[in-house]
Amino acid sequence: MFAVENGLQGDPRLQAISDAIRVIPHFPKTGIMFQDITTLLLDPVAFKHVIDIFVDRYKHMNISLVAGVEARGFIFGPPIALAIGAKFVPLRKPGKLPGRVISEEYELEYGNDRLEMSMEAVKTHERALVIDDLVATGGTLSASINLLERAGAEVVECACVVGLPKFKGECRLKGKPLYVLVEPSQLD
Amino acid sequence: MGHFVSSLGQSVCSICLTTPSLSFVLRFSLCVPSSESRESEIIMAGTKEEDVKDPRIPKIASSIRVIPDFPKPGIMFQDITTLLLDTEAFKDTIDIFVERYKGKGISVVAGVEARGFIFGPPIALAIGAKFVPMRKPKKLPGKVISEEYSLEYGTDKIEMHVGAVEPGERAIIIDDLIATGGTLAAAIRLLERVGVTIAECACVIELPVLKGREKLGETPLFILVTSDAA
Repeated sequence: MFAVENGLQGDPRLQAISDAIRVIPHFPKTGIMFQDITTLLLDPVAFKHVIDIFVDRYKHMNISLVAGVEARGFIFGPPIALAIGAKFVPLRKPGKLPGRVISEEYELEYGNDRLEMSMEAVKTHERALVIDDLVATGGTLSASINLLERAGAEVVECACVVGLPKFKGECRLKGKPLYVLVEPSQLD
Repeated sequence: MGHFVSSLGQSVCSICLTTPSLSFVLRFSLCVPSSESRESEIIMAGTKEEDVKDPRIPKIASSIRVIPDFPKPGIMFQDITTLLLDTEAFKDTIDIFVERYKGKGISVVAGVEARGFIFGPPIALAIGAKFVPMRKPKKLPGKVISEEYSLEYGTDKIEMHVGAVEPGERAIIIDDLIATGGTLAAAIRLLERVGVTIAECACVIELPVLKGREKLGETPLFILVTSDAA
């Protein structure tokens, strides 16, 4: 579900966010129009809009845990977590987290990858939010949902700044709702 | 928790934590008299300027978990993920940095991948500055400038987007921890090459045994917690 479909139609903040995202063609490989959010981070007003919109949505949903996917989820997750009084849990590439971890494998276009979470991060039945900068195939978010559910959390929603148009409407990932601010920006 | 006066006349509060194999001390300074401190170039929260004990520091220090023998034997890993699980400690950490840097003309907060990405953006948002990620090679999609630095064996590189910063801007560089100082020194060089002044480097934790401060040259360093567990 996109923000415009859920009460934010005509909100000028969404256009500002979209305009602040830079498109890099053919990165990391030919044919991919990479959505570069680093330019959004250089615009303090637009970056704050992103956080404000997510915070307004989640502050009354009784969420105690915000999980962010390495590495760009680490940029958006903590400001949201701090504003809504939730803890922040990093979901990381293999071997980065110390202590006891649980891991979940997921598919890439070619081959697999793994995501890990600390076993001490979750209390059973906690209400959790998953954050990443962009959703394309949904593979990483699905792995994130699996990790949190295996640890006993209830995933309330997944949230991304950018999402492919296929995520409009009631689209769900592993039965969980998805909330997206903007569609991919186009090259000028 | 023990309380003692060190040979330098500093009042130091220690928490002694024991693991099955090793014991170590996580130490933080509540008050540092500048004339007596050999660490006068390292500014601890609750500094000589205010001469006030910052009551938030003990909770922040105790929220950091130390994991022995990670990522390899002999290393005592400073795990800030437990600080991130403590909402009050995390908020206090950010608040201390924001109080220090707000209204000081800082327009750039540069954060070193990946744990600098956790602490940098909340600070940047609160002080109205840009957040600039400094990344491992090949992660940034656009045109980059890069700076090489030495590791124990071999070298690594840190990169930043061209055009992210402008000459004359004032920056702070954030990371969770300073150990040998190699990464922070490279980040300083990268920003200085494009005409940016680094007002300060800021880290949650310092491992003074590794003398990272010496690699930073003229750039001041601000830290909240020191740990002997290196």
